[in-house]
Amino acid sequence: MQQVVSGLAQGSIYASLALALVLIYRATDVLNFAQGEMATFTTYVAWSLMDHGLSFWPAFAATLVVAFIGGAAVERVLIRPVEHRPEIVIVIVTIGLLIALNGLTGWIWGPEVKAFDSPFPLRTIDVGGVIISLQDLGVLAVCLVTVALLWAFFRFTTLGLVMRAVANSQDSSRLLGVRVGWMLALGWGLAAVLGAVAGMMAAPALTLDPNLMLVVLIYSFAAAVLGGIDSPIGAVVGGLVLGVVINLLGTYVDFVGGELRLPAALTVLLLVLLIRPQGLFGHRVVTRV
Amino acid sequence: MALLELRDVQARYGPIRALHGVSLTVDEGEVVALLGANGAGKTTTLRSVSNMVRTNGEIVFDGRRLARRSPEFVARQGIAHVPEGRGLFPELSVWENLRMGVRGRLADSEAEQVIESFPWIERRREQHAATLSGGEQQMLALARALVSKPRLLMLDEPSLGLAPTVVRELFAIVRRLNEEEGLTVLVVEQNATIALGLATRAYVLEVGKVAVEGTSDELERHEAVRKSYLGY
Amino acid sequence: MPKIGPMTVLKYVFVLALAVFIAFLPQIFDARLDAASSEFRVGQFTLVGIWFVALLGLNLLTGFNGQISLGHGAFVGVGAYVAALLSLGRPGLELYMLDPPSWMPIGDGMRPVFTIPIAALVTGVIGLLFGFPALRLGGVSLALATLAVAVSFPIIMKRFDEFTGGGGGINLNLPTTPFGWDISTRHWLYYEAWVTAGIVFLIAWLLTRGRVGRAWRSIRDGEVAAVSSGVNSALYKTLAFGVSSAFAGAAGALLAIEVAYVNPDTFPVALSILLLASAVIGGLGSLIGALFGSLLYVFLPIYSQNPPLVSWGFSNQAPAVVFGAFLIVIMLVLPGGVVGGFRRLGFLIRGLVARRPRAQTAEPLTSGTDGD
Repeated sequence: MQQVVSGLAQGSIYASLALALVLIYRATDVLNFAQGEMATFTTYVAWSLMDHGLSFWPAFAATLVVAFIGGAAVERVLIRPVEHRPEIVIVIVTIGLLIALNGLTGWIWGPEVKAFDSPFPLRTIDVGGVIISLQDLGVLAVCLVTVALLWAFFRFTTLGLVMRAVANSQDSSRLLGVRVGWMLALGWGLAAVLGAVAGMMAAPALTLDPNLMLVVLIYSFAAAVLGGIDSPIGAVVGGLVLGVVINLLGTYVDFVGGELRLPAALTVLLLVLLIRPQGLFGHRVVTRV
Repeated sequence: MALLELRDVQARYGPIRALHGVSLTVDEGEVVALLGANGAGKTTTLRSVSNMVRTNGEIVFDGRRLARRSPEFVARQGIAHVPEGRGLFPELSVWENLRMGVRGRLADSEAEQVIESFPWIERRREQHAATLSGGEQQMLALARALVSKPRLLMLDEPSLGLAPTVVRELFAIVRRLNEEEGLTVLVVEQNATIALGLATRAYVLEVGKVAVEGTSDELERHEAVRKSYLGY
Repeated sequence: MPKIGPMTVLKYVFVLALAVFIAFLPQIFDARLDAASSEFRVGQFTLVGIWFVALLGLNLLTGFNGQISLGHGAFVGVGAYVAALLSLGRPGLELYMLDPPSWMPIGDGMRPVFTIPIAALVTGVIGLLFGFPALRLGGVSLALATLAVAVSFPIIMKRFDEFTGGGGGINLNLPTTPFGWDISTRHWLYYEAWVTAGIVFLIAWLLTRGRVGRAWRSIRDGEVAAVSSGVNSALYKTLAFGVSSAFAGAAGALLAIEVAYVNPDTFPVALSILLLASAVIGGLGSLIGALFGSLLYVFLPIYSQNPPLVSWGFSNQAPAVVFGAFLIVIMLVLPGGVVGGFRRLGFLIRGLVARRPRAQTAEPLTSGTDGD
């Protein structure tokens, strides 16, 4: 049971990043291979802020703002010029961004591992006989609250409505006078915020190094595909389910053990792609028709 | 001065030329029809106004040149374009679609006027747009266009795939809006009979050019038009 | 049959001249540099040859056939491990306390040079097997799936350490010139790599010129259209995977021989990603593009850390930043890569010479008609 909670916490991190991937995919039909690196970069920004004396939550908030601006900027500067080109071109641009950001992170902050303090106390509590770490609960809470806030934004605000319309059909939105370009930038900004949350929640446990989110990205891809690449609910459910399953597999199945968790997740990814490419909740398949 | 004027507009899809120099005008308060067979360039003409296709030549709306501006800009000038296929958002609800007509900010009072013409929308607010019937979708698309109180309404093949009664109802609503509120309409139609019934003037396009133009009466009497498009 | 125009003749002459240049490069280095520097440079260019082989494979798969692979590094790794196991043989492996399962047909050790074709074959078969399920995936799905393979490879190699040597890897015997031939080991390794490259290049060239190449390109440019004109896309797509992995395997074997050491961390996911990046920057859909890519792969890290003419050195992360930036800029400005750039230059020159206005054609990502 403890493993389940732990798995849920891990899963909520995957869910956040997966949701970011799905958000961008729905809006722009692009799978952003650089989402993880963008998250890592913003997590390092948070680290720097804390290194200069800011405490966690103010740094957290400031980083979210930075992430938003950064994400929007990436869309306008890098993606906008190539959005009408063939799929392979856009994939390669995001891969280029992945490579460049990974290097940039290492360059600015150095490749040594850095400590990232958790905002949550390191105690555990006893709930009905099950020992749960506050860290896990905290991560789970933050991620789920973020996701919930985002859901509320899309559901209840005008801007959210317009963005949903753009994701449905860019052309129809244009004919109604929507400035689609800014909506897409906004979408990327929000996705970057999700990534930043995922990064800052993952950093304490995984320790901060330039490759922090690369592994998480892989898990998130698996989660997003499992849930359905165009389904936000799918991303969240997929992330949580994957987190729990992997954790349980890792703990109780000897063959998997501690080392083969990632390949296990990737097997899930491959199986889903081969057997049910639209995932649990999705309608579209990952390739562009 | 005409509200909308096209002067020698050429348009192409990649290497394929669709319009070879179309010139037409639409005056304020008029209903103008664009007729022609499939592939004649009617839809392309509307898309040219909305700048969804590359064009040469001049397009002037209310004294302003529209060339090279984005479709969003054109829409914001007060041109409501209801495309072939209606352009609804299938995953959004009826009411959300309606709201998108003014980009989301729809006060109930503004909507009231439009709801008058389409009372069923009020009852089916939460329904997914994708589950509506063809006629209802067309009505919703029209309602959405009207909610923004456009200066010019452009309709692309509104009768396509609809039962005759629905078509009559739709066109009756458009006529009423034109007569009572002076709504200017440019309508593209393959169904020439019903279009000429609604419009005051019409242009017949063939192979990307204007072949015949005149008032509805003139065209109804025009021998070639009668034979090719009116069927008698 | 493509027309034998002046451009084609020029291309053949260019390739021939290049081949001659490559053949005599070690001698040129020997003549102009001191012994240590010459060794070093020859070694660098040996690596260029090795990665050229790998990139030829990737180019065929992604450039000519349009299947994005982010897993090429894993296939290189497979080839390397095969070569290592075969060249040591069971007796050699026992010395390292490695005990591969008995079903593996590992003999008693063989000359490293013979492991190259075998590694290519084995890796090719694995590639073919991978090609089958890959048929169901396309575009981004395939990129994801191959990324999955690339990420898993080092992990799996570490896990099954009874025959892979786990994290410690396997040391091969230090290379020596075989058959008692009278050339230095360094030169032998150089020629081993480049002769392999030449053979692989020839195979690639023959494939791309003929029916296979046309089928590949038609699938890349529009699979639906290709299938409806009778192309058996399943066959050719699987074949592309097989051939490209075979080339990767050969490169892996060469690498194992050259470095005399294989270890899972030599083949991380970054390798697959950088290989794709190099192929793209060099120019997909063009065999010479693979050569530019391999030059880039070997020399960019060096020159971005210590650029010539500039007195500072940059951090060792600079190569990644430059690589990434290059990749993005190339995609934005010159999707055909370096080769595409030359092509455009060629158009420009021809246009100026002919003094007729040239229609601006959109630059395709991969070369349209003939792969050179």
